[in-house]
Amino acid sequence: MKPGRDQGIYCPDCDGRVDREKLYHDWKMCPFCQYHFPLTADERLALTLDRDSFRPIAEGLLTEDCLQFPEYLDKIEQDRRKTNLQEAVLAGVGNIGGHEVVMAAMDTRFRMGSMGSVVGETIVRAIRYAHDTRLPLIVFSASGGARMQEGIFSLMQMGRTAMELGKFHRAGGLYISVLTHPTTGGVTASFAALGDIIIAEPRALIGFAGPRVIQQTIRQQLPEGFQRAEFLQDKGFLDLIVSRPALRETLLKLLNFHKGVRAIG
Amino acid sequence: MAKALDLEELTRLYELMMTIEHRMKEIGEDFSYEKQVLENRLEHLRKPLLGELSPWEKVMIARHQKRPTALDLIPHLFDDYTEMHGDRYFGDDPAISGGIAWFGDEPVTVIAQQKGRNTKENIKRNFGMPNPEGYRKSLRLMKQAEKFGRTVICFVDTPGAYPGVGAEERGQAFAIANNLLEMSWLRVPIITIVIGEGGSGGALALGIGDRVYMLEHAIYSVISPDGAAALLWKDASLAEKAAELLKITAQDLFQYQIIDGIIPEPGVGAHFSLTDTAKQIRQHLSLAIAELHSCEIAELIEQRYEKFMKMVRFTESEQTIASSAKPSILV
Repeated sequence: MKPGRDQGIYCPDCDGRVDREKLYHDWKMCPFCQYHFPLTADERLALTLDRDSFRPIAEGLLTEDCLQFPEYLDKIEQDRRKTNLQEAVLAGVGNIGGHEVVMAAMDTRFRMGSMGSVVGETIVRAIRYAHDTRLPLIVFSASGGARMQEGIFSLMQMGRTAMELGKFHRAGGLYISVLTHPTTGGVTASFAALGDIIIAEPRALIGFAGPRVIQQTIRQQLPEGFQRAEFLQDKGFLDLIVSRPALRETLLKLLNFHKGVRAIG
Repeated sequence: MAKALDLEELTRLYELMMTIEHRMKEIGEDFSYEKQVLENRLEHLRKPLLGELSPWEKVMIARHQKRPTALDLIPHLFDDYTEMHGDRYFGDDPAISGGIAWFGDEPVTVIAQQKGRNTKENIKRNFGMPNPEGYRKSLRLMKQAEKFGRTVICFVDTPGAYPGVGAEERGQAFAIANNLLEMSWLRVPIITIVIGEGGSGGALALGIGDRVYMLEHAIYSVISPDGAAALLWKDASLAEKAAELLKITAQDLFQYQIIDGIIPEPGVGAHFSLTDTAKQIRQHLSLAIAELHSCEIAELIEQRYEKFMKMVRFTESEQTIASSAKPSILV
């Protein structure tokens, strides 16, 4: 907190002071500049799915300290308490305007939304579930990248999620990938980039290398708006940029277009 | 670091011995006494050293300036390597060399990450850090191999993907992801060998193999030890500690069943003898190709999938914990 400031919420983009209550009525968007504050996984599900339609899948997957990395499980435990989540992603089945879908939402409060084994496995199971039940798949990504503390196993989750999507795509399933602020590293370079349709929220940071790493490498000022959703769409990597209040309607429209589409086999 | 110095010393001695051997063979001069002395000294130095190389020392060997690059090895492994350039979208990436060659009496597709052998070459090859064009060229050559039924052989040697503006502008995340997806169902055998540094997503983009091998002192990691140290402790000088924690050696990864085999290196590392290193690689390639050729293609793809699906570590609890999964209504 900067000196002389109260405990209130300040927009990280325009620095405007945002009223907490109003923030939640305004889709967690800044009333001055429409900055989209990151949503928790719970909030994302609640905002996207029909009321009370969510049934979780792939529950009870517990993080393992596979490399005996110092303090890793303590940090996991801290984040569990802080977020009331088991890991950095939630997955389940729910409805959007009556369309049944498989949906996963990541949560950056938990280890920066990083992908280790449990995140990878949850995504894999969500894909497989969509495949088996012939439902469309929607994943909301938000991640700092691969999780360092699980070493090579984190890297392999990029391969696993992409390979499972390979099966799903070949079977003809519909996968809508929604990139939210921030989506970087190994998540961007695997399942997040492999949607039939890729949507992003306005001004979301999306990339592989983080801007700080790039700046340290090239030692130059980065271009204005670099790695933001609008920049990526300009470069040809995003189908749509949709602001939060319109997102559910957009998904509904897209699901309608694909009404007859079912994964087979 | 005392051990690092020993390593350099050892390399020097090995080189000396190679020269002596060469002179003896080619010119017929008799240096057998000197050779004997050197061999004794080498054995004395090597045994305790190689037995207990730390992960960080392996990092140094893997990054050694004299370590053979893919283009050094290729002439010793294949005949008539014919390089093919460009991704047919944007450009040609010198950090990845790819083409067609003979492996014995079989044409194969070779795709190799290539570091420079000196500063000038390194600038050209971007220190072996590919741009998106490199991944896309690789994929183009893999699809070409698929069409003509050629086995794909990939050599991994990269610090990682390139953290540059252009690489991001041209969608390196999308390029890497696409390689992972396409390799998962490529209808020809894929063999990957990590010959030096296997750096994160840049390495994995050539790493979805039916067989994945590592040279004995190669490393393969989700993040460079230096990068990990900077992130974890804001201090890149703790890279040595990070190298240890991250479990990046061929021996660790073989134990975790991430890789299918370890290819022995001669002396103190591959840079000691290019021909011996190549000989070992060739043996592994022959064996792998014979095994993979005896497999139906659909079965091969299924086995590839099953192999990677096992690369995960978690515990599954019987009871469902917490009610976190039920979304709370927004305030």
